[in-house]
Amino acid sequence: MVTIVDYGSGNLRSVQKAFERLGATTCITDDPHVVAEAKRLVLPGVGAFGDAMRSLHSRGLVEPIRAHLLADRPFFGICMGLQLLFETGWEGGCHQGLGILAGDVSRFDLSEGMKIPHMGWNTVAWREGSSRRTLLGNSHYFYFVHSYYPQPKDDAVVAASTDYGGSFCSAVARGRLFATQFHPEKSQAAGMLLLQSFLDETR
Amino acid sequence: MLAKRIILCLDVERGRVVKGTRFLDLIDAGDPVGVAARYEAEGADELVFLDITASHEGRAIMLDVVRRVAETIFMPFTVGGGIRTLEDACQLIQAGAEKVSINSAAVRTPELITALADRLGSCATVVNIDPKRVQRDGREVWEVFVSGGRIATGLEVVAWAQQVEALGAGEIVLTCMDRDGTRSGYDLEITAAVSRAVGIPVVASGGAGKPEHLADVIEHGGADAALAAGIFHFGECTIREVKELFLRRGIPVRPPVF
Repeated sequence: MVTIVDYGSGNLRSVQKAFERLGATTCITDDPHVVAEAKRLVLPGVGAFGDAMRSLHSRGLVEPIRAHLLADRPFFGICMGLQLLFETGWEGGCHQGLGILAGDVSRFDLSEGMKIPHMGWNTVAWREGSSRRTLLGNSHYFYFVHSYYPQPKDDAVVAASTDYGGSFCSAVARGRLFATQFHPEKSQAAGMLLLQSFLDETR
Repeated sequence: MLAKRIILCLDVERGRVVKGTRFLDLIDAGDPVGVAARYEAEGADELVFLDITASHEGRAIMLDVVRRVAETIFMPFTVGGGIRTLEDACQLIQAGAEKVSINSAAVRTPELITALADRLGSCATVVNIDPKRVQRDGREVWEVFVSGGRIATGLEVVAWAQQVEALGAGEIVLTCMDRDGTRSGYDLEITAAVSRAVGIPVVASGGAGKPEHLADVIEHGGADAALAAGIFHFGECTIREVKELFLRRGIPVRPPVF
């Protein structure tokens, strides 16, 4: 069972359909008790950092998600679901995140002529020696759409990096926590491989 | 490196793809789901579904189309046409669209752009702009038109593009009306002027007739993506041919087939 957290963040359907295509059973919930009992938790999300945190708080979801992560139970974060793991987000002011990973989420500061949002297909360089590097190599394209990016304080959590006017952290991993800035559910075959590897590793 | 995108646009009327009948081997060539799946397999980077029904009844049909497309393809797609309220837009996103695009409604009620950006994020908020070259007091003006080029707005395209960015749009689709449907190439001049003037991605649209046109608007028009419909729908060229040309010209592109 894959439990997908619903906090009013819009497009959960694509995430659900992607996991179902891979044969997983899924459940979409905003019930803190269901989240607390989840075996594998998926935190998707689009929109703004502050709104997302407010929405998690108002539904009583912050504590069960934090407990899940602190217990190192299987977790997959996507886009905003990666950004929320950090201590601080700077989108529209300064907002406190879930605080599971040390670091900030800041707006791209790019040279003139480079567009924000970073929108479209880009390659992902997986950490050397990682299982994902073995699985995917470094040449596959994944779909990105974001204006803010994660800046982990601890380099050890950087699972992958991507180049957009300089290298930034595009995936994080620690124990059974894994999260991507890009959208595997929108990344066709390469994205499905990544979701499949999550299912395989957390069986 | 971020790839330049090739975007396919499908016109949908009452739940049926119109003008797109190349896939004669499909059981139903008018079925948006089947056509979308085919373009996904051929390597399209994004799809746009433009609802040209624009009636209340049509909206419910479109929502159903979006749901079925989202169940079938795992790539980003935008839905536009007839979105007038925040509620319209939210329903489409919840049904599985990655982005929504507005055009006439943005001109009529610019605050709708901000409402969409606040609720759905700038990244999901696309504004379509349709400029046309017109003569005003003896000089040429690039004026924004709405309602398929029928109604002049008095807005100048570069100023309007900057305004929609300031209001929260995350992307602009620029359809140059003088070229739309002509197959004579994109309007490089207007596209370059708009792309230079804003910090958000600009999708060029209108005028694609051969693969070179798509490469030209990326290289010389400063576009971040090129949108086309007819040349792909009628089989005049394939996405693979365009991507191979991009590669030859050194334009970053997602390889033709995974």
